[in-house]
Amino acid sequence: MIVPAMRRNGLILAAFALVATGLLMFTQYLTADRIAAQQRNELMRTLSELIPSESYDNDLYGDCTEVTEPKVLGSKLAQPVYRARMNGQPVAVAVRTTAPDGYSGDIHLLVAIALNGSVLGVRVLEHRETPGLGDKIDVRRSNWILSFTNERVRGADDSRWQVRRDGGAFDQFSGATITPRAVINAIQRTVVWATEHQQSLFSAPRQCAGSAMVDEQEEQANE
Amino acid sequence: MSNVKAQNEFKTLARDGLWENNPALVQLLGLCPLLAVTGTITNALGLGLATLLVLVGSNITVSLVRDWVPNEIRIPVFVIVIATFVTFVELVMHAFTYGLFTALGIFIPLIVTNCAIIGRAEAYASKNPWHKAGFDGLVMGSGFALVLVLLGSIREIIGQGTLFDGAELLLGDWAAGLRVEIIQFDYPLLLAVLPPGAFIAMGMIIAVKNIIDRQRKERAAQKPVEKAQRVRVTSQ
Repeated sequence: MIVPAMRRNGLILAAFALVATGLLMFTQYLTADRIAAQQRNELMRTLSELIPSESYDNDLYGDCTEVTEPKVLGSKLAQPVYRARMNGQPVAVAVRTTAPDGYSGDIHLLVAIALNGSVLGVRVLEHRETPGLGDKIDVRRSNWILSFTNERVRGADDSRWQVRRDGGAFDQFSGATITPRAVINAIQRTVVWATEHQQSLFSAPRQCAGSAMVDEQEEQANE
Repeated sequence: MSNVKAQNEFKTLARDGLWENNPALVQLLGLCPLLAVTGTITNALGLGLATLLVLVGSNITVSLVRDWVPNEIRIPVFVIVIATFVTFVELVMHAFTYGLFTALGIFIPLIVTNCAIIGRAEAYASKNPWHKAGFDGLVMGSGFALVLVLLGSIREIIGQGTLFDGAELLLGDWAAGLRVEIIQFDYPLLLAVLPPGAFIAMGMIIAVKNIIDRQRKERAAQKPVEKAQRVRVTSQ
């Protein structure tokens, strides 16, 4: 008696789930390009905020290479590194990196590092931290993220690169320590790694899926 | 005759959604996004419109499928329908209003958990034809959005001294000119910007609504004689 009813209900539920998934996949297919373009614009805007435009003369967004360093950059996928040059001479790099140990999921960051190893600036690209607590890492919510500007990292065990509660130099937020801790660690890892691998980063060939598309568009526009 | 009846029904629905049974002021549903994002009018309007869209869509869909959904599994089906609409709205906002999408952040996916939506699906849409359910979603969503915008404007004026700050995120570049500076503050009044300010402002709005309701009731109570006469006249 109860089994046929259960089977019928299960089937109906499955049918709804299937239709819903299908509709969403279709929507996602329609909006994917547009979303990618928006993210690209946002990234270009952030890049120009971090590295002063008078300090380089190359196409920063196009001069991009990809590196896969899951331990340092926090993602199994290849991460883009943008290189700023003046008259062909290296000036700075901007590395996309991820703090995998945020309070709710990954925190995606863009870290710009000058040739001498000092931090030019950091911005949060995407996060899902608690509103009102952890989301102060976002420059729109508070200027905490600006406190890294012009800071230097002295090695992987630099005790300054911790929140104050752990004896470091950077503020935590009241009620949220996990988020700033994750961000600080990610920046520190990235800066140490980028400074060590500076030469290979600048000499690596241009190869980014996203920027290749921009190059093509520019070429078409030039024609 | 039935036309008049239907009209009256729509009128009742509208009065319920916007005033008598307003989801935010009377049912007190969906308070989490209501209080969290109403720091500025722009954010409030963005979330209000998104909620309105989801509510209309989910109400119509729930109403259309109500004959095929057995009673025992109606709640999971409603949740699927609502989640689908929310994800749809999220994708569209991500693609077309990117700035606002990042400003509202987690609160767009959280529309799923807005009890006002599943409440309407269960209480009204699952028992009524689709055009009534759609209209109900429209007025309930508008009632919710209006309270959001009212709260957003109060908090924005008191907190920042502006109106429509960041409207270009929602409406496009032309809207940057909508920004009005009403009061010049050296420091923003933090209490209005932070969640406690939202609670206080919300309490004030509910208090004002209750005062208006009581005055209307008293006024109605003052003239029962006149009403009774009229009833007798029409019955003849």
